[in-house]
Amino acid sequence: MSLMRNRAISVSAGILSLTALFALVGPWVSPNDYLTTNFELPLLPPTMTAAHWFGTDDLGRDLFVRTMLGVRVTLLVAIVASLVSLVIGVTYGAVAGFVGGRVDAVMMRFVDTLYALPFIFIVILLMVVFERNFLLIFVAIGAVNWLDMARIVRGQTLSLREREFVQAARLTGVSTARIILRHIAPNLIGIVVVYVTLTIPQAILVESFLSFLGLGIQEPQTSLGALVNNGVKQMEGAAWALLIPACLLAAILMCFNFLGDGLRDYFDARHVK
Amino acid sequence: MLRYTLLRVLGAIPTLLLVIALTFLMVHAAPGGPFDDERVLSADVEQNIKQAYHLDEPLPKQFARYLTGLLQGDLGPSYRLRDYTVNELIGLTFPLSLSLGALAMALALGVGVAAGTIAALREGSYLDRWIMAFSMTGISIPVFVVAPILVLLFAVKLQWLPVGWSSTTGYSRLLLPVVTLALPQIAYIARLTRASMIEVLARDFVRTARAQGLGMFTVIRLHALKPALLPVLSYMGPAIAAILTGSVVVEEIFDIPGLGQAFIRGALNRDYTLVLGIVVFYATLIVSLNLIVDVLYGAIDPRVRYR
Repeated sequence: MSLMRNRAISVSAGILSLTALFALVGPWVSPNDYLTTNFELPLLPPTMTAAHWFGTDDLGRDLFVRTMLGVRVTLLVAIVASLVSLVIGVTYGAVAGFVGGRVDAVMMRFVDTLYALPFIFIVILLMVVFERNFLLIFVAIGAVNWLDMARIVRGQTLSLREREFVQAARLTGVSTARIILRHIAPNLIGIVVVYVTLTIPQAILVESFLSFLGLGIQEPQTSLGALVNNGVKQMEGAAWALLIPACLLAAILMCFNFLGDGLRDYFDARHVK
Repeated sequence: MLRYTLLRVLGAIPTLLLVIALTFLMVHAAPGGPFDDERVLSADVEQNIKQAYHLDEPLPKQFARYLTGLLQGDLGPSYRLRDYTVNELIGLTFPLSLSLGALAMALALGVGVAAGTIAALREGSYLDRWIMAFSMTGISIPVFVVAPILVLLFAVKLQWLPVGWSSTTGYSRLLLPVVTLALPQIAYIARLTRASMIEVLARDFVRTARAQGLGMFTVIRLHALKPALLPVLSYMGPAIAAILTGSVVVEEIFDIPGLGQAFIRGALNRDYTLVLGIVVFYATLIVSLNLIVDVLYGAIDPRVRYR
């Protein structure tokens, strides 16, 4: 079973690294760029002519380079947003778990309250009210996704707090901030890595959802969600414009999910059935 | 039981207040007024409009006014569609979204529970692996990717079903949207049911019932299904939220004039009161449905009440 899981981990990690590598190198190999329009060759199917390997979109822009750019943006947004949620979630969870008592109760009650919010609608509202700002996308997605992280970290901290080495540090007069930083945080790394891997696909989902609705990344920049949206408009004549970014997006999401699941089982023996 | 229910209801109120305050502040912090058009209004006209919508008052007073309206179930006038109130717009569009969501939920529960139970009964078999592989795919692929691919396949290439909403009437136009909306939930519910069914099937009371000579189907129907469905019940809250979110995409892709579409149009038109009203409406809906799920859970599983 553990070998099976390890295979799932290595295969999905392999596919993801390959995709990332392609996204980095691809635009550099292709003679085309993402901006140049060519009204002589709109909606060209995938072909070797003029190196339009993924065809062109309705404005004659090269879809290969645009798709690679989309993968880049999607991965970048997802990773940065996950880091935002990581920082908020770990700090919040560690403080609640370590301080404990009434502070913990109030802090976790607040998290419970936030769980009930229709977040995606609030994010949409945020994007509309504050003029689709690239930076805001990171913040908005990160701010949505930190709740799970806070819960997990708090639970872990609660049990760590009672361990001997933390008690010893306390007795010798180490300050609370320093205990959290030097003794608690290093022991959280395993579980945090797992949940970051599981947060990334959620961040990708939110970003591509926003871009799909036209509220995320703005033209001429693009992301996989925006490309899918554009593909939907052309799908009756040019199925490739939809299918290529859609399949890439699905593959990336699946790989992250498999990777996260595999890592969780690997780190946490209780999940292995 | 009454105490538990009351506590749950009281717990829902701060959540709702938080949503209302948050969205209200966000909308009012927006740079530029809702009536900033290309046309420059004269100072008098602008003053009059502001007065008509009470925008000249201080923010706390506006908020108090909004809350008072809410308590009476009044969401105020729409900023953009001048002849409509937000209540009227929700009343016009919500029934469609509701039937869409309810059908999707029914489909998801039926198929998901059946698939999960079958997978649990044949644990480790090829059928089980196929069901689980399908469900991982269903969870990973977002609605807005599934929807256009289904349209491409069944409506454009095979031409079995209509492409858009307005091009036909009848029930066939509901099929693709409902299936699209239900797919990820089917996947999730199947996984949940499988996991808890495997656990329940290994319990002593199932073995006893089997030993008494009851058939597997009867044992599941009479004894195993209820405890196995508890995790599914507690997933209902998130499922409802996911279906509401999904319906925004599905309505946009299939061009269905429902509440999700009204929300997106309102957001793009900067119709602040409409968007604010819809968020408040959705939040109330999600919070009350979560409340019902919680209370049901307490009714079915007495252990929950005393936590």
